[in-house]
Amino acid sequence: MWRYSFPLLFFVGLVVLFIFGLQNDPSKVPSPLIDKPAPPFALDTLHDENKKITHDTLKGQVTLLNVWASWCAACRVEHPLLVRVAREDGIAIYGLNYKDERPNALQWLKQLGDPYVDSAFDQQGDVGIDYGVYGVPETFVIDKQGYIRYKHIGPVEQEDLDNIIMPMVRQLENAS
Amino acid sequence: MIPELGQLTLILALALAIVQTVLPIAGAQLRNYSWMALARPTAQLQFIFLAIAFALLTWSFIQHDFSVAYVANNSNSMLPLMYRISAVWGAHEGSLLLWALILSGWTLAVSIFSQRLPLYFVARVIGVMGSVSIGFLLFMLLTSNPFDRLLPVPMDGADLNPLLQDPGLIIHPPMLYMGYVGFSVAFGFAIAALLGGNLDSAWARWSRPWTIMAWVFLTVGIALGSWWAYYELGWGGWWFWDPVENASFMPWLIGTALIHSLAATEKRDVFKNWTVLLAICAFALSLLGTFLVRSGVLTSVHAFATDPTRGVFILALLGVYIGGSLLLYAWRAPSTLKGGTFSLFSRETFLLFNSVFMVVSMLTILLGTLYPLVMEAMNMGKLSVGAPYFNAVFVPLMLPVIVLIGIGAIVRWRNDNWQRISKPLAILLGVSAVTGVITGLLLLESDIFISILGLVAAFWIILTSLSAVRERLKNRQNKWLALANIPRSFYGMTLAHIGFAVMIIGITITSTHSVDVHERMAPGDSVSFANYEFTLDSLRSVPGPNYKATEAVVNVSRDGKLVSTLRTQKRLYTVRNMPMTEAGIDAGLTRDIYVSLGEPLDGDAWSLRLYHKPFVRWIWLGALFMAAGGILAATDRRYRLRIKNKATQVDDNSVTAK
Repeated sequence: MWRYSFPLLFFVGLVVLFIFGLQNDPSKVPSPLIDKPAPPFALDTLHDENKKITHDTLKGQVTLLNVWASWCAACRVEHPLLVRVAREDGIAIYGLNYKDERPNALQWLKQLGDPYVDSAFDQQGDVGIDYGVYGVPETFVIDKQGYIRYKHIGPVEQEDLDNIIMPMVRQLENAS
Repeated sequence: MIPELGQLTLILALALAIVQTVLPIAGAQLRNYSWMALARPTAQLQFIFLAIAFALLTWSFIQHDFSVAYVANNSNSMLPLMYRISAVWGAHEGSLLLWALILSGWTLAVSIFSQRLPLYFVARVIGVMGSVSIGFLLFMLLTSNPFDRLLPVPMDGADLNPLLQDPGLIIHPPMLYMGYVGFSVAFGFAIAALLGGNLDSAWARWSRPWTIMAWVFLTVGIALGSWWAYYELGWGGWWFWDPVENASFMPWLIGTALIHSLAATEKRDVFKNWTVLLAICAFALSLLGTFLVRSGVLTSVHAFATDPTRGVFILALLGVYIGGSLLLYAWRAPSTLKGGTFSLFSRETFLLFNSVFMVVSMLTILLGTLYPLVMEAMNMGKLSVGAPYFNAVFVPLMLPVIVLIGIGAIVRWRNDNWQRISKPLAILLGVSAVTGVITGLLLLESDIFISILGLVAAFWIILTSLSAVRERLKNRQNKWLALANIPRSFYGMTLAHIGFAVMIIGITITSTHSVDVHERMAPGDSVSFANYEFTLDSLRSVPGPNYKATEAVVNVSRDGKLVSTLRTQKRLYTVRNMPMTEAGIDAGLTRDIYVSLGEPLDGDAWSLRLYHKPFVRWIWLGALFMAAGGILAATDRRYRLRIKNKATQVDDNSVTAK
């Protein structure tokens, strides 16, 4: 008799699993880096190969670190939004130009506008690995002390900015 | 006005589905003939209303009615007519409507082609299918109404996802849905049999052609999807073990096990409980496929619509249908009467082993697909297992299946002995091995173990299948007459098995012998490999209706002679700002030459991907053989005759069923 109930029990197990699955937002992949110091790096800037940019450059203000590349189609989607936020809200956005070629990246910024205070040039993608970059674009919110507070995967949309990123930036700015 | 009319027809269809479910099933339990008789007309009327709803939505697309939210999100004034029509099922709401329409279409078919079945049985089958329809119509009306209005009305639409703007995608989803939903018939038959408590071989005979037809559609649908991914995604792959692909492959595996198990149940009255369970699982996996694709539980490259609230609703539906039917199974199956007996060494055993292997393969795929979810539930981070896992577990599981197919074709029903078949099998194995190795070494100049093993396996299946045909001609005076007298379903089986062999050849050779070159090329540059020379002739801009494209013309030549001129495009769809690649393919029976344009580099150079893919067509050719074999088997004359005889026989003592 018992064995005829196995399929049912198996199915109940699956349903429990799915209930778990539904509670997780599929686009929100947890990052182990949240509330940890931003991994240290020292890279040439995109615009000037003799100039360095490091994790210390970001400290002292709340910043967004946006991982982008000229080959990334989704970056094109979020780019106008970043340009506008940088201009209107005055947030310091740093770029991490990921696995890209310098001329292509510079051309891209010339065409679409440059929202970044500065962009680090991570040609080999080593820094990307330290930051657990999982797909481009990704955006990190980093506080004044250089701690990562939030990570957004995929193109940032107006909704994400209004509901999550901007409130968090304001809150972090007001914190001592 | 038109969208409101569409909404109204959906509500009427829902009301009819409720009547179609409640009264016939209750009637069958209470032996109320007039209630049972309602099954057919309500099912037919429901189909008419859903067809009207579908036509109205199509009309809104054709007329660019952007006040309908679904149209505004998935169409654009620049979208060509053909894609405006296929956009109807291009996203979530519309594909649900298509799902409901197809379900209702299958129910309509049951209501028409079941004249010879006892009424109480038909009433239950149609009632069960109606209950599935209730769930989907409620889901549509409550969470995903395709006729919702959008205010203010946008000036123009957001365009159809460019990935879907392709002729292959016009027919791929309907075919796949025909297969998925087609298993609802087998499900309906199984539940009707459980409800009535009469799991007999007649039940298997009735549901067999329906199950085979659903399987045929699913086979074609999956093959079309694979073919589409091959030429549209621009990386020359034909199977990615993507969750969405797995979602369609799992019901296919169970469906395959089911049609074989049904054969044994029909012919030998064995495995009844196992067959019923497979019928429930095939449909459960179809629902699960819909759930996985539509709920966003798993993120996948082509889960086009994801929304968690809908996920909860689909999960509830899954719980009701699958949970309910498995509960019914746990309750009713133990009381099934014992069927026919067979010895350990018989075709029954081999069929059973094979269907168990199919189920195990399905479970490994299920595990791989859900593994990321398990890891996440246990807070171990989100990760996904890729193609390496699936290849590593799935391929070894197919090897015993291949061996068993060959033995199963030769061994007799009920009881056979090893002495009788060991010699012919050894000869067949020897011939397969020799032919496989020779073909591999000489014709393909291959020394790769896997591809030679694939050839040997393919020859093994082909030779054992043909030998089973020969067995049927033994001791016959007139061989031609005997050949003509072999039932169509036997030819169907043989053709489908040969199709499987053809697919094995395609898969193993393509996977081991494809050459893939990634080059930076400017006009005039050329590259040589696999005996072909590829020259980038020119690059130019080409305007499209809703995209801008750069087109590369590549000349392919062999020994200085031009073989083909291929055109490949990089398109930028302007509304969604999405780039797409159109590959240039020179297709052939023994090889495809495949060119796809990558990214612009410095100057006028571009990156190009060039592929030489031997025997890749055989993968889809094999699938077509399988589908054709299925059609032959499902249309066998003896079904119609036997149904007639059996039905009259059953009708006499039908109403005594509980």
